[in-house]
Amino acid sequence: MSAPGVTQRNTETIERALDIEGRSLWTDARRRLVKNRAALTSIVLLSIIALVAVFAPFVWPYGYADIDYANIACAPSWWPGSDAPCYAGGYHIFGMDQNGRDLFVRVLYGARISLSVGVVATLVSLLIGVTYGAVAGFVGGRLDELMMRFVDVLYSLPFIFFVIILMVVFNQNFFLLFVAIGAVEWLTMARIVRGQTLSIKQKEFIEAARAAGVGPFANIRRHIIPNVLGPVVVYVTLTIPTVILSESFLSFLGLGIQEPLTSLGVLIAEGKDHMETAPWMLIFPAAFMALTLFCFNFIGDGLRDALDPKDR
Amino acid sequence: MAQPILQIRDFNVLFDTHDSEVHAVKNLSFDINESECVGIVGESGSGKSQLFLGALGLLTSNGRATGSVEYRGRELLNLSQNALNKVRGSKITMIFQDPLTSLTPHMTIGAQMMEALRTHQHVPYAEAQKRCLEILDLVRMSEARNRMGQYPHELSGGMRQRVMIAMATVCGPDLLIADEPTTALDVTVQAQILEIMRDLKKELKTAIVLISHDMGVIAGMADKVQVMRLGEVVESGSTEQVFYSPKHDYTKALLDAMPRIDRPIRAGHAILQPLSTIGAEKRLLDVEDLKVYFPIKTGGFLISKTKPLRAVDGVSFSLRQGETLGIVGESGCGKSTLARAVMKLIEKTDGAVVWAGRDLSDLHGPEVRALRNEFQIVFQDPLASLDPRMTIGESIAEPLVTLHPELSRAQVQDEVRAMMKRVGLEPGWINRYPHEFSGGQNQRVGIARAMIIKPKLIVCDEAVSALDVSIQSQIVDLILNLQSEFGMSMIFISHDLSIVRQVAHRVMVLYLGRIVELADRNSIYEDPRHPYTRALIAAVPVPDPKAERAKSHVTLASDLPSPLDSRAQLSFLKSKMINDPDAEQYRPKLIEVATGHYVAEHDPA
Amino acid sequence: MWPYAIRRVLGAIPTLLIIIALTFFMMHIAPGGPFDAQRHLPPEIEHNVRAAYNLDKPVWEQFWIYLERLAHGDLGPSYKNHDFTVTQLIAVGLPVSARLGLSAIILAIVLGITLGTVAALNQNRATDYGVMGLAMIGITIPTFVTAPVLALIFGIYGLHFFGYDFFLPAGGWNSGALANMILPVTVLALPQIAIISRLVRGSMVEVLRSNYVRTARAKGLPNHIVIFRHALRAALLPVVSYLGPAIAGLLTGSLIVETIFGIPGIGRYFVEGAINRDYTLVMGVVICYAAFVIVLNLLADILYALLDPRVRFA
Repeated sequence: MSAPGVTQRNTETIERALDIEGRSLWTDARRRLVKNRAALTSIVLLSIIALVAVFAPFVWPYGYADIDYANIACAPSWWPGSDAPCYAGGYHIFGMDQNGRDLFVRVLYGARISLSVGVVATLVSLLIGVTYGAVAGFVGGRLDELMMRFVDVLYSLPFIFFVIILMVVFNQNFFLLFVAIGAVEWLTMARIVRGQTLSIKQKEFIEAARAAGVGPFANIRRHIIPNVLGPVVVYVTLTIPTVILSESFLSFLGLGIQEPLTSLGVLIAEGKDHMETAPWMLIFPAAFMALTLFCFNFIGDGLRDALDPKDR
Repeated sequence: MAQPILQIRDFNVLFDTHDSEVHAVKNLSFDINESECVGIVGESGSGKSQLFLGALGLLTSNGRATGSVEYRGRELLNLSQNALNKVRGSKITMIFQDPLTSLTPHMTIGAQMMEALRTHQHVPYAEAQKRCLEILDLVRMSEARNRMGQYPHELSGGMRQRVMIAMATVCGPDLLIADEPTTALDVTVQAQILEIMRDLKKELKTAIVLISHDMGVIAGMADKVQVMRLGEVVESGSTEQVFYSPKHDYTKALLDAMPRIDRPIRAGHAILQPLSTIGAEKRLLDVEDLKVYFPIKTGGFLISKTKPLRAVDGVSFSLRQGETLGIVGESGCGKSTLARAVMKLIEKTDGAVVWAGRDLSDLHGPEVRALRNEFQIVFQDPLASLDPRMTIGESIAEPLVTLHPELSRAQVQDEVRAMMKRVGLEPGWINRYPHEFSGGQNQRVGIARAMIIKPKLIVCDEAVSALDVSIQSQIVDLILNLQSEFGMSMIFISHDLSIVRQVAHRVMVLYLGRIVELADRNSIYEDPRHPYTRALIAAVPVPDPKAERAKSHVTLASDLPSPLDSRAQLSFLKSKMINDPDAEQYRPKLIEVATGHYVAEHDPA
Repeated sequence: MWPYAIRRVLGAIPTLLIIIALTFFMMHIAPGGPFDAQRHLPPEIEHNVRAAYNLDKPVWEQFWIYLERLAHGDLGPSYKNHDFTVTQLIAVGLPVSARLGLSAIILAIVLGITLGTVAALNQNRATDYGVMGLAMIGITIPTFVTAPVLALIFGIYGLHFFGYDFFLPAGGWNSGALANMILPVTVLALPQIAIISRLVRGSMVEVLRSNYVRTARAKGLPNHIVIFRHALRAALLPVVSYLGPAIAGLLTGSLIVETIFGIPGIGRYFVEGAINRDYTLVMGVVICYAAFVIVLNLLADILYALLDPRVRFA
């Protein structure tokens, strides 16, 4: 393929020093993701939201439980229209809630809780789901059938009812909320990982590795897990918003986070109750929630397109 | 001469991709006349398929065609869909490569055929049905009336392609465009389909465009040939001219690269070392009565029933050091299963595999893994057989790292670079990934990975089947050269009898998991005894128009029967068959008709 | 087909039993009981009440008694709504919930398929981006946001179009009057419309690129035949597989919608029952929902096999 001789030897020594860097699938995926404007904007926005939610409360002049009796349910000072009963001054840019607390700092606290529930419960589901799915898929046969039958049964359970019962029964234990939501979400993760493992297991490069003497565990570690990673990453970014939704849903029903702590779901529920007199109490948390969920979904879609370069 | 049916002038096809514009067909001009067959030959990426998709307005949304395509003086390009539909499907019809995906899965054969007829000719239902049945008879479809009510997935590949042809001819077209119509089919089925197309041309006087990568198929069918490369026609002329006195270098190279079943030794190509020069008489591998059965679920009310699928059903052979055994047979004959069972990549059901005097049946886990030092495998799909997330260097090094953990990183790197160079890859590519390479280059990676530990036996499972002809011949040369250098034995599995003739000392013909004939390569190709072997060899097209036309077309009457039917194995020994699909049947014995030439029992023709 | 259906129904019995057992024990293991709130009951009366409802027996025995009654189709009395049995409550609530849910799912299927197909046929054009943008909004904004916001806009502010005021009731059922149905059904259907249209768009784009659609076009068939006869049926398969989860999603949604709009369906019974420890009512609602999900999943699977002849009932 190449001409022999002196030049060859020279190029070879140079190459040995430089070793032309190849483009891995991840590098390619990153390039495609950065090209996707919606996904990139979402990543930036979400980072800002997360940073603000974590750090802003430290420097904000109001605490999440500070009550200002003079300014109960007052509109932010820039609120348009003449129907607002009163206007809050100072830095109350989102207005006040029905107890005279600063809505902005409460929204930030709510976002903080919602995000952490989202991340932690997703990690729980990730851990259970990946292990379960990878084992079922790789071992296959009887065990796989049994494990998946179990998942099927759990799937047909109306899980949201159990979570509700659980929350009622154990008095809205915060830790339990993570477990309950994680316990629901791992089912889909297990199915995805198993499906991927099965399809990768049939690929010729797995057989090639076996022919090369690679043992089963090394095979899982070296070939299967790296190749399953793509879909898992995509699914994780799509699970976080689902979990945030579930938590808010429970909180909305009054079964999740309890006062004076708050979450976006609680804030939306309170906003709903006062929407006739203080619509900002509904609009700001709802918009914040929608924005966060938008970002996650766009990132998920972007990642999927980037990792699966089928021209869509 | 009268006006041509189709006149193509300054024709271009362009595709917009993310990075740039791809010019798939460049400035083409040619005519197609009444009832002539034009062969269009080229390798992948030559634009031969896009040419006619573009002419008929079937490009994907990012493609466009420019220039002029006139059907009997009527411009087709940039016509409205409705106007185009008056010609498309009625006067000019198409047959595609893959008949399974090209037929609508949720519609019956009858419905799909009749809708074409009723759209274009507005005939009443009963009349349409009658015409469809006639045309199905014409393409020699058995039980045509029942077939009309069946779905595509219920038919075999050959039957489906007959349906495609019937569907394309039912409206009485002037021009039939066949895009690789036989590429997805087995060689005996290919012969049947080509025979049908030949008859159609003769009886209906339809002009045919035959698009193919296979010079052999073109040689037997075409009156005129156009050779395409990278979107351009590099040579065109009568079939005789192009085949016997090619002018363009590319045509010459293509013809030279074609493996020929009638010429095992070709000038300018690597040659198989005769066994006598290797001088090795040591038997490395003995396989005795090997069986591999798979349980297949066949339904049942509450508990599902299973039936064994006899993928490999009692195969015995031996292999000497440095020898190459070719295994040929059509899809589903068990050739890949056989090789994998020998390598202990899948579990055998029964029988024995003895490697260098040691029975492998009792080996487990780590012992099997140690065995990998002795045999390796090269797979069919070069891209699928490489881990997409590993650099090619890591992939090549994998057997070495696994089986020789004592080697240092630098030693492994040196070995990998040396082997890359040996198989014709730049050592500087060591950190690149498979998706950056072509199929041929990836197959070199696959070969390097198999060779890196210098195994005693290499299994090539359709190792060159997915490659273009010119690449194919380079890879075959590489394999032969590696064998003369390292002296390993080989099991070379292929459905392509021409290639096997070039690379194998002995050839085994498999039919539904059993050997029907086993002999050295000259005996099997020059003196085939079993009717199946004869049909197989006769079905292989030769890139020589005169020879192809002179050939009497011996074809098998039917497609491969279902391997679940126990009667199937007695297709050639009907006198001993018990007519019950579940009964235990007589097993044809292998008879040694000459020294080393074994033939399965069969009814006299 | 019938053996398959029978096998599936038989297979559902253990699932249903697991659901019953899980719900039952979770409810009973929990601290507190249905009569905790009524502190004023003297001990002996409370004892009698508990005995009347078998609450003094071991949990195992209670479970057995419950199963026995269930086998006779008796869901028991409601602990909180003293004058009604659970069966009576469900008989009142179920038609309301079913009407709401079915209207929503039909709306979602019709609109979702239409929008998805339109988007796919205009792939990467303004229409496509518009539909997909709307679908993204539908997926991201949760029911408990859309419900109050829509109620705020249509029920409280009202919309002023061409000199007309559009007011819709922001709550209440009014025995299923159309005006009262519009908001809850819309809220319930929105996310499903979004998901279904995305599904249809995706599979339609793929099918339109398939070889058999190319064959159909090469046969010179008019566009509408290619789309409706050849492409759409295959493109609908993912929607059919999604129907099972969709129904589950509707159930969750209906809990919210019934609570927010004050609709007397069984979703609201469930939430109230769970909070009030009304064991039998919660059990009844859960069994009812589970049976629904199982039957509808079976119907979806059968529909799938009817649409795709390659699938056999196995």
